Amino acid sequence: MRNVDLVIIGGGPAGMCAAVSAYNAGVENILILERDSHLGGILQQCIHNGFGLHRYKEELTGPEYAFRCEAELRKLPVEVQCNTMVTDISPEKMITAMSSERGIEKIGAKAIILAMGCRERSKGALNIPGTRPSGIFSAGTAQKYVNMMGYMPGKNVVILGSGDIGLIMARRMTLEGARVHAVCEVMPYSGGLARNIQQCLNDFDIPLYLSHTVTEIHGEHRIEGVTISEVDEKMKPIQGTERFIECDTLLLSVGLIPENELSRSAGLNLDSVTKGCFVDQNRETEIEGVFACGNVLHVHDLADFVSEEGEIAGESAALYIRNELKKSMHVPVVTDGKIRYSVPQIVTDNTKNIRLYYRAGAVFSDVKVNVLADGVVVNSVKKKKLVPGEMQYIELKANSVSENTAEIKVCIDKE
Amino acid sequence: MYDVVIIGAGVVGGMIARKMAEYKLKICILEKDSDVAMGATKANSAIVHGGFDAKAGSLKALLNKRGSDMMEDICRELGVRYRRNGSLVLGYSDEDKKTLEGIMENGIKNGIEGLEIIGRERIKELEPNISDSVEWALYASTGAIVCPYGLAEAAIGNAMDNGVELKLNHSVRKIKKLENKFEICVDNEKSILAKTVINAAGIYSDEVAGMAGDTSFDVHPRKGEYILLDREAGDVVSHTLFTVPTKMGKGILVSPTVHGNLILGPTAVDGEDKENRKTEREGFDKIIAESARMVKNIPLNLTITSFCGLRSVGSTGDFIINMPMRGFVNVAGIESPGLSASPAIAEYVVELLENNGFKFAKRDDFNPYRESVEKFSEMTEEEKNQLIKKDPSYGKIVCRCENVTEGEILKAIRTNPKATTLDGVKRRTRAQMGRCQGGFCSPYIMELISKELGIPIEKVKKSSNEAYILSGRTKEDVHNA
Repeated sequence: MRNVDLVIIGGGPAGMCAAVSAYNAGVENILILERDSHLGGILQQCIHNGFGLHRYKEELTGPEYAFRCEAELRKLPVEVQCNTMVTDISPEKMITAMSSERGIEKIGAKAIILAMGCRERSKGALNIPGTRPSGIFSAGTAQKYVNMMGYMPGKNVVILGSGDIGLIMARRMTLEGARVHAVCEVMPYSGGLARNIQQCLNDFDIPLYLSHTVTEIHGEHRIEGVTISEVDEKMKPIQGTERFIECDTLLLSVGLIPENELSRSAGLNLDSVTKGCFVDQNRETEIEGVFACGNVLHVHDLADFVSEEGEIAGESAALYIRNELKKSMHVPVVTDGKIRYSVPQIVTDNTKNIRLYYRAGAVFSDVKVNVLADGVVVNSVKKKKLVPGEMQYIELKANSVSENTAEIKVCIDKE
Repeated sequence: MYDVVIIGAGVVGGMIARKMAEYKLKICILEKDSDVAMGATKANSAIVHGGFDAKAGSLKALLNKRGSDMMEDICRELGVRYRRNGSLVLGYSDEDKKTLEGIMENGIKNGIEGLEIIGRERIKELEPNISDSVEWALYASTGAIVCPYGLAEAAIGNAMDNGVELKLNHSVRKIKKLENKFEICVDNEKSILAKTVINAAGIYSDEVAGMAGDTSFDVHPRKGEYILLDREAGDVVSHTLFTVPTKMGKGILVSPTVHGNLILGPTAVDGEDKENRKTEREGFDKIIAESARMVKNIPLNLTITSFCGLRSVGSTGDFIINMPMRGFVNVAGIESPGLSASPAIAEYVVELLENNGFKFAKRDDFNPYRESVEKFSEMTEEEKNQLIKKDPSYGKIVCRCENVTEGEILKAIRTNPKATTLDGVKRRTRAQMGRCQGGFCSPYIMELISKELGIPIEKVKKSSNEAYILSGRTKEDVHNA
């Protein structure tokens, strides 16, 4: 058994940035465990540009962004162990990891940062009727075939779901010589970034069908087509609106789910909305000394915010290890439903400004987003437009709440 | 010339092959699909039935009990997962209670022990999540669960290890009866001669019998749709739960699987099309409604897949196991409880032949044991570490949802019956069978298959030869456009 001060699980942007900030905050004995053969996580296959506008004030590709994070990390004496899968975390912060090189090993940690990222929702969860042919891929899997391996998953494509990876893949497949016939989105609005709708669909004349879904899959061996239907406001298919589209490929971009199997093995509860752990402003979970950041905590749209969250977790872990993490209160942060969620879900200290990240549950125009402390407005921001596909934040300014505050609420008001 | 040709590599054909491999016989299995266990064997409820409900005196009743008694030992020999979890048939009224008592009586006639009618309190103790409207249940301690395609693969693999040949992609087109032998014409190859033919062709067994001139029965497909939930939902129930049966079958069941998933289904829709494995919205709605009647709060958001199997419903109402002409044996209409009965069916077929004057000599070198591909996951930490030291591929997890290692995947590609497709690897190892459904690991598994079989990666298929995954290199069509 080994003992390490800080173990970071996952070497994507969250994990790498957490390691750098933890080291800079004084933790010397850091170990990153990465299941893949290289650092960078999913960024390595995101060869499109648009990364790093906030953090580096430049437009980078995914691999470039990952490389910058890795370059910062590699300057430091942080141990990185790739090809290593963590199979268990105990509530006592004992980690079980497995690799070809070291077999199964136990690693004791003073602090742990969870940075395992997320996975794509699969077709199974959708229960689409019909056959089970080949040619149905999650958008990210198709992205791996195309960008990493140089192979086409097909030539005539329908995409279900307008998440960012789906939009990016609509453009990618077109550029690689395929025809994308339709993007169907079951909601009346897209789940992707506005810039991706413009640059990946509109610029290539790819039709986006809102309030539409795939209601049947055809084809005995390889997919031969899909039936798409319009849906009503309860998302039930409307009879008579069925339309057959011939295709040899169906890509799914129907949501991302934080990969929290390990968090659960440690005994952590998950937020039913974010599907991630409950954390405070330090990104500390319900278990002291266990932190979470990046897409394992809640799904982000931008790698920049993932990095930032990694830095918060890294710095907090350093303070925790030195026994300097301040906790002076326990105030829950709630939302009004129009705002679907906010992170952190708990505030345990307010001597500094805290960014409350939130996501709207529907499209809103010309509204005010308020932060209330026991019903009193402590901050308010005007928003021309709020969409579910774009995460936002609002400050909880220093000393806005005290240990006597019962509740912080993030909510939407008409202007 | 073969002594025995078995048509069909499902669990029935597989069990027969393994049984007959105990004798000094030259045996071959012909399978029309690209892998074993591709018919009803891969899409059923995965239940070893207690044996109480098949009509007393029927072949189904006889072979269900006998097979279920044999199953545990056979699974141990073959390294197949099996668990005697017990089953409950649920009743919602006093009228249902009478039906349950009738079933119990029938079960006692079938020689089934451990049957008991229990009331709500006992049911609640056994199954805390049971729905409040359940009043009565028939408890059967002999009910069990097993991995059906795992059983077929292991039986066929074990038969192959004992010298049986398996010919995949061999669709039988014609059967000619010659003197003391049969000539079997198959696609793409010269015909095959056999002294004895066993027709275990599942849904097509009536057509295969017809080729030999026996038109005494029909088989029609009955669709059964299922919903499978993630392992996270596997402990919602611990027993297999049925409702009071109807004439279309045992109704919707809710059961854990041996791998810890939760399975819901099947529907029962009679049809004509023997290739129609489409799931339908109405089917899902029915499964969801009926399972909700049995169990509270089934976490449907943990659904990982849905599928449809076709049961072979014979025109006689019972299993059809006979010898319409000397040397030609039908094993047809093997609907539920076919999986449970399969080891007994194999013995019954040998007895049928022996009773008709066939004489088989036992060999003394038959090895009944097969090491499971999944063995790694069942090892202790120390054993795992020793194996990883010897073979580092066992230290590399490829499927992170089900924790399947590269070593297990390579073993599935190298062990009889060898996996050659993504689905083949999935059924043998569970890689791609978890919550991400292969999203992360399928590209890597494609590389492993490609390397092991020495074929280009774009030739790796999902299942059949037409089920390609990759259409070619990137930008190919950009230059053509």
